[in-house]
Amino acid sequence: MAKIIIDQERCKGCELCTSACPKHIIIMSEYFNAKGYHTAKQIKPEECTGCAFCALTCPDVAIEVYK
Amino acid sequence: MKKVFESPKSLTKDPFTYCPGCHHGIAHRLVAEALDEFGVREKTIGVCPVGCSVFAYVFFNCDMICAAHGRAPAVATGIKRAKPDSIVFTYQGDGDLASIGTAEIVHTANRGENITVIFINNAIYGMTGGQMAPTTLVGQVTQTSPYGRDPKTMGYPIKVAEMLSTLKGVAYISRVALSKPAYILKAKKAIRKAFQTQIEGKGFSLVEVLSTCPTNWGLSPIEANKWLEENMIPYYPLGEFKTPEEVS
Repeated sequence: MAKIIIDQERCKGCELCTSACPKHIIIMSEYFNAKGYHTAKQIKPEECTGCAFCALTCPDVAIEVYK
Repeated sequence: MKKVFESPKSLTKDPFTYCPGCHHGIAHRLVAEALDEFGVREKTIGVCPVGCSVFAYVFFNCDMICAAHGRAPAVATGIKRAKPDSIVFTYQGDGDLASIGTAEIVHTANRGENITVIFINNAIYGMTGGQMAPTTLVGQVTQTSPYGRDPKTMGYPIKVAEMLSTLKGVAYISRVALSKPAYILKAKKAIRKAFQTQIEGKGFSLVEVLSTCPTNWGLSPIEANKWLEENMIPYYPLGEFKTPEEVS
């Protein structure tokens, strides 16, 4: 079981993590953060393998990975 | 459940001021991770350039100095000679290193100063609004080359890594990209090697990092990654151009 935590206030909605995720379980949310960006969110957390590709590609170091 | 990925200690908690999708953040993280892994944060002095990454002193959690435009290698030379035990790195963009700072980088490399240079090549001037840089590709449209870069009047893009690898004083040079996880892992290895070269006192090391500028390229971050792989990597091949064993 692995999980990721996306810091909603650091996320700038660049969508790079959505394209890096091999399971395609990161999508853009409807939520706006304080800076006005649509942030990334994880769906189907049970499918996460903890590969950390999302965290590697995140230019804002907004993702933490637990495994 | 164990934390397997978090922000390195050599980065502060301040959010980056870069545009969404800009690769500066990834490059910052890789440098900070290398400093953490070698345990040299307390004795590291970084030199930041003029450009988008001028605020690097806010983001790196080590001693930082901001140099005049292009003069980071000269300032780093002074720091390293005054404090030879410290780890000194410069973090420069292509407008800073390959344009106004060409003299400084060439002579610093030629003298074989024992410093590490992280050179961010995004083929455009970022902070000033997308003008043509020395590394802009032939035919690339920018604010100051609206019909595409014409080599007849504007010259050809400078291959900094190849050019500097011909100098005898240089110990380690490689070129990496940050457009996908596989490249990012290779980039991390290259940056580690560059710092290792300096820690072992083998001489000048430079890592050229191909990165994107989605805002000034006029592309989304995902499209910009694709553009980098399709256009920049064929002209700027990735790989190591010089390794410490070759230094005589």
